[in-house]
This record gives sequence, C-alpha cells and structure tokens, in this order.
Amino acid sequence: MLSDVLQDLLDEGLGLLGEHLVLVMTSVLIAAGIAIPLGLLLASNPHGRRWALGIASIGQTIPSLALFGFLIPIPFIGGIGPRTAIIALVIYALLPILRNTVTGILGVDPVIRDSAVAMGMTRGQILRLVELPLAKPTIIAGLRIATVTTVGTATIAAAIGAGGLGVFIFRGIASVDKIQILAGAIPAALLALAADGLLGWLEKR
Amino acid sequence: MSVVDFRQVCFRIGERAILKDLSFSIEAGETLVLLGRSGSGKTTALRLINSMTLPSSGEVRVEGKTTVEWDPVRLRRGIGYVIQEGGLFPHFTVERNVGLVPELEGWPADRIANRVGELLGSVGLPADDFRGRFPRELSGGQRQRVGVARALAADPKILLFDEPFGALDPVTRLDLQREFLRLRGALGKTSVFVTHDVREAAILATRIALLHEGALAFIGSPAEFRESPHPEARAFLEVLKSAE
Repeated sequence: MLSDVLQDLLDEGLGLLGEHLVLVMTSVLIAAGIAIPLGLLLASNPHGRRWALGIASIGQTIPSLALFGFLIPIPFIGGIGPRTAIIALVIYALLPILRNTVTGILGVDPVIRDSAVAMGMTRGQILRLVELPLAKPTIIAGLRIATVTTVGTATIAAAIGAGGLGVFIFRGIASVDKIQILAGAIPAALLALAADGLLGWLEKR
Repeated sequence: MSVVDFRQVCFRIGERAILKDLSFSIEAGETLVLLGRSGSGKTTALRLINSMTLPSSGEVRVEGKTTVEWDPVRLRRGIGYVIQEGGLFPHFTVERNVGLVPELEGWPADRIANRVGELLGSVGLPADDFRGRFPRELSGGQRQRVGVARALAADPKILLFDEPFGALDPVTRLDLQREFLRLRGALGKTSVFVTHDVREAAILATRIALLHEGALAFIGSPAEFRESPHPEARAFLEVLKSAE
C-alpha cells in the first residue's frame, strides 16, 4: 500500500521535476541573455552601472511570494501559470549574473587591457579575446548563484499555478503531509546541487 | 630621415600640464632613450607615438602622418610595444602571445608557427621548450623576453619600451640590456626606450632625451649628455658618478 503511494509520488514527481527544470532553465537563460550583454555595456559606464545594479538589487529584495502576487494582475505579463513565474524568476536571476559580469570585466588587469590596445586590437577583439576569457570564471560563478537560487525560488511558483516541485511542497503543507513536502524539497535540493556541480565543472574548463 | 616627429606637443590633464612644448625628431635606426624622474612625462611622451594618448596641442607625426590622421589600429600594429613584465596575456600560451599580432593580421597558421619559433630563438628561449608554456610558468626575465618577441612579431618599424626591465633583478637586467644591444645590432629597428635609470640610458642610448617637469631639458648623444650643464642633467650624472 505504501509502495502504491510512493509509485504515485514518483510518477507525478518526474513530471513535476521536468516542469521545474524547464522553469529554471528558461529563466536563467533569459536572465543571462539580458544580464551578460548589459553587464558588458555597463562595465564601461559607471553612471549606468550604479542605476542598473541598484534597480536589480531592488528586484532582488522583493519577497518572492509577493512578487508572484504583484505580477498576476498585470496585463500581458501577468496571469496564472508558468509565464508569470518565469518573469519573476528572471527578475531574481538578473542581479547575480549582472553583478558578476561587471565585476569580471572590471577585474581584468588594466595593464593587460592597455597592452591589448597597444597591440592594435579593436574594441571587439579585446572583448572577445581578452576580457571575456579572463572574466569567464566570474561570469560562470554568477550563473551558478543564479541557477541555485532559481531552483529554490521556483518551488514557490507552484503558488501561482506554474507547476514544478513546489506543487508537492504546497500540497504537503496544506495536508500536513511530511512525505509530500519531502518529495518536493529533496529533489529540489538535489537539482540545485547537480546544477551547481555542472556549472562548477564548466567554470574550470 | 626622421621616423617620428614631435612638433610643439603639449599635453594637459585639466589645468595640469604634463608635457610642455615638446619638439624633437627620432631618426631611423636610432635608440632614443627618454630619461627622467617619475612624473617627468616620459611615459606620456612614449604613448603619444602609438596614439594611446593624443596631444592637447601640437602634433606627433609618425612616418609623416600625424597620429590623429592615422587609423589607430593600423598605427599600433606597426609599432611594437614592450612594458614591464611584458604585459603578456595570462590566458594565452607563449606561442599565442607572441603570434597574436600576426594572427590579428590574418597570417596563415604555419607561417605564424614558424615566425614564433624563429623569434623565441632570437630572444634566447628554445621554442620547443617554451611555446606551450603559460606566462605564470615563466620567470620575470623570461616573461620580458617573450614580451620582446611579441613586440617584434609582425616586424614593426618602430619599437617602444616602457621601463621594460624595471621589475627585474640587476643581474637579469644586465642580461636583457645586453640582449637588447645584440638584437638592435641584428635588426636595426628604430627604438624609443623610457627609463629613469641613467645607467641604463648610458648603456642603451644612441641619443638621450632628458625630460624635466614635462619639458625637454636636453637631447643629444650620451657623450654630449655627460657635458651638459643643465641642472637636471647634472643631477642624473651625479647618480652615474656615485655608482662608479
């Protein structure tokens, strides 16, 4: 009998894990697509940098449950479902990626940049051959932080009907069912560890 | 024929004059040493040549064309630049560092590989042993040699040296100064060399230009320098005498 319950959990869990993965990957990819190019631009613009990092920091301070709630009534981007959740998750993932991209580029030794200019490298060549490779570990570290936090935050997306492992957790809380809570929490934690490990491996390569 | 011409060059940052009315020429094949104390403007003067800095007034002509008229990328690819510790890219091997300008210039891979081998040999680093290493795997002197090889890679007419040997121990320094003289004999390039070390200037220069507070205090051969009555020249000569 217990094994039937577990079998059901497993079947449903695999579906939820898939949804969770899609939520996380979509959000982090969109966030990276915005934050990395923006970070590259902001590295040479101290004024814009203060503003952008400030705004991204504010985005990060909004409690996630509240942010999901705020977004629901907004036309076009809001509503119930994964789209709203992804927008919220992107907002959270922006800051670590943006900050690390800027830090990585600014961290390139000015002497190295100077010598690249003196060798007659164009702006694009300096970015592609010197700045990006040297900033890569820092940028990937930002992606790691963003991914791991998004795996956790995405569990809350279930509250607005976006699916994912949070479904187990919310249902477990509502029905005071520890097994359901753990069935959501443990895979989420393992997923975070796996993503961290994978990106860590990428960072070293 | 002069390769580089400074004509009434001034350079200011805000109200502060870094270089004041600099006029002199650099002749083909000579080694002009820009000598001066820290803050005398010698590095700025050097950077005016490859348009890393542009004059506030006056003009710097390289091969007849002002640095403002030159496309900066083209100008810099024709001028080798060596700085302290070589300014090597830490994520590139020695081979990629040395072959970078040829790579940017679109040379075929085998020609780059040959050139790198030849250059490493000429700066006293066996190519087979060194081409695959990263800068962190080299000593200070070896990094400096790689820096010189890199500057020579695309066979530039002009070489700029910004206190390249400043961070080296005195023995390695002397080694590299000798190497510099040997290479100069072999290559006959026009070189501009910035240093605050009057001994180094005396060893390397065919002519010395002494900068004092942004102005040209003296220009002439090392022998003439020893006779110069200018107080700043006398101050440097005191240093030279105290060492002897």
